[in-house]
Amino acid sequence: MNLANSRWTGLGVLALVLALLPLALPNNFYFDVANRIAINAIVAVGLNLLIGYAGQISMGHAGFFGLGGYVSAVLTANYGWPPLAALLVACVGVALLAYVVARPILRLKGHYLAMATLGLGMIVSIVITNESWLTGGPDGMVVPDFEVFGLRLYGEQTWYGVFAVLLVFAVWVALNIIDSPVGRALRAVHGSEVAAQVAGIDTTGYKVLVFVVSAVFATLVGSLSAHYGAFITPDKASFMHSVEFVTMVVVGGMASTFGAVVGAALLTLLPQVLSGLEDWEMVVFGLILMTSMIFMPRGLVPSLQARFTGGAR
Amino acid sequence: MKQSRMRRSALVLAASLGCLSAALAAEGPIKIGSFLSVTGPAAFLGDPELKTLQLYVDKLNAAGGVLGRKLELVHYDDAGDAAKANTFVKRLLEDDKVDVIVGGTTTGGTMAAVPLVERAGVPFVSLAGAVVIIDPVKKWVFKTPHTDRMACEKVFEDVKKRGLSKVALVSETSGFGKSGREQCVAVAPKLGVEITVDETYGPKDTDMTAQLAKVKGSAAQALLVFGLGQSPAIVAKNVAQLDIKLPQYQSHGVASKEFLQLAGAAAEGVRLPASALLVADQLPGNDPQKPVVVDYTREFKAKFNEDVSTFGGHAYDGLMLAVDAIKRAGSTDKEKVRAALESTKGYVGTGGVVNMSPSDHMGLDLSAFRMLEIRNGNWTLVP
Amino acid sequence: MSDFMQFLLSGITVGATYALAGLGFTIIYNASHVINFAQGEFMMIGGMATVSLLAAGVPLPLAIVLAMALAVAVGIALEKFAVEPAGKAEVVTLIIITIGASLTLRGLAQVVWDKKFHALAPFSGDTPIQFLGAAILPQSLWVMGVSLVVVVALGWFFNRTLLGKAMLATAFNGGAAQLVGINVKFMLMLSFALSALLGAVAGILIAPIAPTSYDVGLMMGLKGFVAAVLGGLGNGLGAVVGGLVLGVAETMTAGYVSSSYKDAVAFVLIFLILFFLPNGLFGKRGTERV
Repeated sequence: MNLANSRWTGLGVLALVLALLPLALPNNFYFDVANRIAINAIVAVGLNLLIGYAGQISMGHAGFFGLGGYVSAVLTANYGWPPLAALLVACVGVALLAYVVARPILRLKGHYLAMATLGLGMIVSIVITNESWLTGGPDGMVVPDFEVFGLRLYGEQTWYGVFAVLLVFAVWVALNIIDSPVGRALRAVHGSEVAAQVAGIDTTGYKVLVFVVSAVFATLVGSLSAHYGAFITPDKASFMHSVEFVTMVVVGGMASTFGAVVGAALLTLLPQVLSGLEDWEMVVFGLILMTSMIFMPRGLVPSLQARFTGGAR
Repeated sequence: MKQSRMRRSALVLAASLGCLSAALAAEGPIKIGSFLSVTGPAAFLGDPELKTLQLYVDKLNAAGGVLGRKLELVHYDDAGDAAKANTFVKRLLEDDKVDVIVGGTTTGGTMAAVPLVERAGVPFVSLAGAVVIIDPVKKWVFKTPHTDRMACEKVFEDVKKRGLSKVALVSETSGFGKSGREQCVAVAPKLGVEITVDETYGPKDTDMTAQLAKVKGSAAQALLVFGLGQSPAIVAKNVAQLDIKLPQYQSHGVASKEFLQLAGAAAEGVRLPASALLVADQLPGNDPQKPVVVDYTREFKAKFNEDVSTFGGHAYDGLMLAVDAIKRAGSTDKEKVRAALESTKGYVGTGGVVNMSPSDHMGLDLSAFRMLEIRNGNWTLVP
Repeated sequence: MSDFMQFLLSGITVGATYALAGLGFTIIYNASHVINFAQGEFMMIGGMATVSLLAAGVPLPLAIVLAMALAVAVGIALEKFAVEPAGKAEVVTLIIITIGASLTLRGLAQVVWDKKFHALAPFSGDTPIQFLGAAILPQSLWVMGVSLVVVVALGWFFNRTLLGKAMLATAFNGGAAQLVGINVKFMLMLSFALSALLGAVAGILIAPIAPTSYDVGLMMGLKGFVAAVLGGLGNGLGAVVGGLVLGVAETMTAGYVSSSYKDAVAFVLIFLILFFLPNGLFGKRGTERV
């Protein structure tokens, strides 16, 4: 109960931080960084449900992210659809796709699951790269502005509002799922799937739900970020981008929703901070990744939490 | 209530600081922004580009700068990732407040920057190849390298000169290769060339014999390979392996000494369109480009002890075009610099003689490309 | 027919390098249940170190030995300073550590060496050999021959030597192995050393065919992972078959279907195999203990 309370307090703190942050951002570049953090954080919060709570590794979430972006880009730029309709089609389409593939894929365990999700992401990225008549190919395509009800979303500060609200919403959804009966049951048996099954819990249903939700999170922000960036390339759907998402979740702290947010913030900020190192950037980035995982294997937020609360779980 | 007042005072403070820094900036250096793919798959392009920019910014500063002001190079490495390019361009525009941007190693990175510079209204000279960058013309965007469409035209012209017409096209599925393939397929009929085989390969592939076996069994009379970096060298080796005797053309994407080293004997007899820079010492004395390319070659070799590539040359041209425009504009006023860039006439660079116009933001014609043939492991001019 | 032979032999050559990469994954996975995403970097180190030593005037055989020694040293360092301290961390955490290691190694390579592509001269010339209408390079024979030797040698090592059996025992049950007096930590280190050695060998063999550079490890690592999973993680023979199937499937697709979609076909293949055989081609089918 206490733990649950602290989680909902966290949501309030997050909302407050997001509301006050604009005061500290000196120019649009910083708003842009904040927006990218929010975009990544929303994907990471969704992915954390899957990795941290359901114990399933996905190395293909950039595939969903890229699908969202490209469905929106293609429908609005090539076929003149209203952006909101394109966004809805992307989300519903990916939700269906995720639902269909979820059962056979989630039957797989551990590294086989990682392989299958990796394959799914790769196929998406290969199709996007090859069908250049539709997608502009490896060079990418220009995406029109997001317009809804005659209102045009443009500029880093306007988008900041959108992404901040969405992030709070995403965290709220995630907390609700975690606190749902199935989520609680899974945590109660310390993540043991078999024990939960023995206790009569439909773990597969839970995993499918979480898989679909996390895919839709990725699609939604994938689509919005394409409009926001005004440009999209197949890199958005690449394997490395999937790995980045997983890294955010793990560095921030698995099974910690706020950890996912912190992880997204760190991994988005790091390349900006390290950009002055030029040739050494990759080395330093790799070393930071390694050392943080070696010394805080449970991730930043849970490790720090444990330190402050005296190590209790 | 309290919050909004706080916000207002913060805004006032920020605005006054902004005015202050703008006033200071007028006396400060001229900021040249740049984003290049110094690491990642396009590193072999971005690396000489950055070296060239650093070398010549230092040289210009040593000679007293431009308009009495020093130049300052602000550079970020996009690692060949268009999304990173997009962020760094925002940083250049919003945070560093650069006066002009010279950069964009890849077409993807450049195109990710285009919507931003168009909105911000900052002159941007791209160093990437594809024709989409300047066709249709974009108000603030210019480029220095020859386009892929020109490469196709130059190659097909040479094919026709040899009395041939059926060409097998093998292209890479990278941005460079895809765009090149589309342009070649589009211009082929206009030049009376028929593309009889159209195969592709991945930029990281290690073996292309399967694709080339199909070329071998076809009626094609010549082979054109369109790719960047190491993969065209693998194709050339595979061609030798399968003993394909067709005249072989490569794109301007292999115009560096590296290709000669990687392909070795397999590169003998291969032809490619490239700028005069590669054959600086072979140019006749009256060639207008001779002094420029000889000079650049000497400076670059002296500083880095490396062979020049045309890619570094593109960066040289980009920087010099921008500096030239700033001088003629007499200020760093963005619109004036842009207008000056657009009215560039008769500028002699490593890539050719540049004549820009409101409808042509590259300003090179087909004469800027020389047809080279690889003989005895070196470039030679095809007369 | 000659086309078919050409596709097949090209596929086997490419597949053999995937197989060696896949074997590297398998050995480490068996010893530690770690998926080592830095496996491709061992191949990069093998190729790049040989190239740079040759350029420094070291004769080829010595350059090869030194490059392999460097890769082994890096492998041992990776185990000692990154994997061992992490101890019993979760699978994903270990994956991220190896990804961090691979970034670090790649970054170091571009600083210590350069960002250019380099080709090694073929070991025995580049006059193609005609075989049933197909043309293959002598280097392909080197790749296939050495791969075969490596596979046979590994088979002998794991089945016939005490050390190899000890490694297998550790893989099967680390706790029990410790009880019967096997130095489990040493076995772990040995597995990284062995994988690094395999990676370096593959990287050196392929360098005359496909140029090497600081970032070739990424793609080779990915293909190796695919090969290992395809064959059934933890099964050495499976990794070899997985690598060959992958290589041949790629060239056959490029030859007969579409060269643009050959990589996608490999992944569709994986889906099908995993759909019908959730543990890969030769994976253990036993029940999992909880």
